[in-house]
Amino acid sequence: MSLAKITSVTGRGVPVTGNDIDTDRIIPARFMKCVTFDGLGEFLFYDVRKNADGSDKPHPLNEARFKGGTILLSGANFGCGSSREHAPQAIQKYGFKAIIAEGYAEIFFGNSTTLGIPCMTAAREDIAKIAAAVEADPKLEITVDVGAQQVRFGGQSVPATIRESGRDALINGRWDAIGELMEGLPAVKATATTLPYLAA
Amino acid sequence: MPKSLFQKVWDAHTVRKLANGQTQLLIGTHLIHEVTSPQAFGMMRDLGLKVLMPHRTFATVDHIVPTDQFAEPYSDPLAQTMMEELRKNCAATGITFFDRASGKQGIVHIVGPEQGITQPGTTIACGDSHTSTHGAFGAIAFGIGTSQVRDVLATQTMALGALKVRRINVTGKLHPGVYAKDVILHIIRTLGVNGGTGFAYEYAGEVLDRFTMEERMTVCNMSIEGGARVGYVNPDETTFAYLKGRPYAPKAAAWYAAVANWKSFASDAGCHYDDVVNINASEIAPTVTWGINPAQGISINELIPDATKTEVADEKASIDEALAYMKLKPGAPIKGTKIDVAFMGSCTNGRLSDFQEVAKYLKGKRVAPGVKAIAVPGSQGVGVLCASLGIDQVFRDAGFEWREAGCSMCLAMNPDKLIGDQLCASSSNRNFKGRQGSPTGRTLLMSPLMVAAAAVTGAVADAREVFAVNN
Repeated sequence: MSLAKITSVTGRGVPVTGNDIDTDRIIPARFMKCVTFDGLGEFLFYDVRKNADGSDKPHPLNEARFKGGTILLSGANFGCGSSREHAPQAIQKYGFKAIIAEGYAEIFFGNSTTLGIPCMTAAREDIAKIAAAVEADPKLEITVDVGAQQVRFGGQSVPATIRESGRDALINGRWDAIGELMEGLPAVKATATTLPYLAA
Repeated sequence: MPKSLFQKVWDAHTVRKLANGQTQLLIGTHLIHEVTSPQAFGMMRDLGLKVLMPHRTFATVDHIVPTDQFAEPYSDPLAQTMMEELRKNCAATGITFFDRASGKQGIVHIVGPEQGITQPGTTIACGDSHTSTHGAFGAIAFGIGTSQVRDVLATQTMALGALKVRRINVTGKLHPGVYAKDVILHIIRTLGVNGGTGFAYEYAGEVLDRFTMEERMTVCNMSIEGGARVGYVNPDETTFAYLKGRPYAPKAAAWYAAVANWKSFASDAGCHYDDVVNINASEIAPTVTWGINPAQGISINELIPDATKTEVADEKASIDEALAYMKLKPGAPIKGTKIDVAFMGSCTNGRLSDFQEVAKYLKGKRVAPGVKAIAVPGSQGVGVLCASLGIDQVFRDAGFEWREAGCSMCLAMNPDKLIGDQLCASSSNRNFKGRQGSPTGRTLLMSPLMVAAAAVTGAVADAREVFAVNN
């Protein structure tokens, strides 16, 4: 299985501010009643984006000026809560290709990396700078440089880090581990024989 | 060199290092359910992959099952489809499926321990963040995404980076009326909603030593609510006594060999911890959440936080956001807050001892008029035990609806949902916006006895007063 090398992502930003945005908010549980991930994009942030009657609430994703954005900006502990891969799947299917936030919940970070979504960590004041630039000009092009761990926008640049295992996996095209895990199968069987509960 | 349990289990299950520096980790036991597995089986079909060790994966159905309807087809056709998909996938791959007909169905984190599948010194994965529950047995248990469910099905391994280990000692003695749920809500409140990111939590100290397995499960269950993907307790005689005789526990001579092996996984004295936190049990009171994440909790006699009283901008914003959603008054007591719904159940507090403890006090009491109260055993096994002890009848006599096993109103993927902005006293684990099925529904997390106290008084109450627990 050959995967794209995700060295950088360029596109427009969408600020979805706030800390501790949980996976129930990203994709409410009732939209997980499905046996495929198809179509999840339209339910991204549904309950904070839509009223009960289906009309729009004020939310960045409802603003025309942010349409077509591919880089999501947020706060601390993004993606906390459930392990549902439906959350990064919805983010990706909506059209986002990278996230810049102050921090991520562990499981969400792993799930996103496996889908090839770089989750870059940046300082609050730097995210505020990017967000301010996006507010001023929503069409502004932002480059998330995964390799160099940097975000560039409108002549400015700020550091944005990603843990080394994630950076390596993305830039070298091995973010979905299945191929490599399959190659290890003989070693898997050997390890299993050393464990009484698996050898039996 | 002395090692922690985490390190020992990790080392024993390490297959090899991967190119990006992560570890290919053997997952001895895999648990699946209907919500996060169908796409994984789909990916397997797309890639032409086979299940490597079907006997090491166990399935049950929990999230979408209706608790007021046993027979299929379910009234919700999507739920029925998910149920059938799991049945079909298990049949096609030879995976054991604890369905309702088996009498062993229930919430995956209750079924695993109940069947004796959850064992010390093992690695466990499940596409559900509350998999940390199984750590109560001294297992390293990971909540995983669907792509990783695929990885485990196909290779019995996954790619992971090691975690740091934080030891949390809960020392001293809990006051009467203070439960395992209060301990974990207190820990989360103390260390923060993301304080555990990057850590495995090792829960220890006299309080954990004295706890039953069910109490340890309640604590480990909510590790993820404090950001820790993994939480565990070192295995001891309590662990072994719980497992002995369970259907999947080793038998006869194999039992003694297993116990000796399990003991060897416990953390060594003097091993390295990346962090140590000490918590004094006597400082823990019955705890109730007032906000929209599980760290936003206070003891029953504290006041709801007031954003104007803090200088920290972040805190102000999070209090304001939470109280605007919760429609609670800053600076007001949480005690006396009127509730609409009481929910007893979930993988946090849906075990026999949870219902048993409440039943002790609920006899002769009545659910307050206007409160909808439902009790949902965590598994068919729990339901049968409750029935044999007459516990279900105590709940029914008090005015609770007694239901069939499932996740139910913890996340409301079945018909059990809040309506509008109803306020629910809940023994579950998450108080996120919209968590209990209504986009404006509100959740207050608390111990089962506190839920019962709220149910009978119609408002948040101190269970110690309502039920004279101190006597």
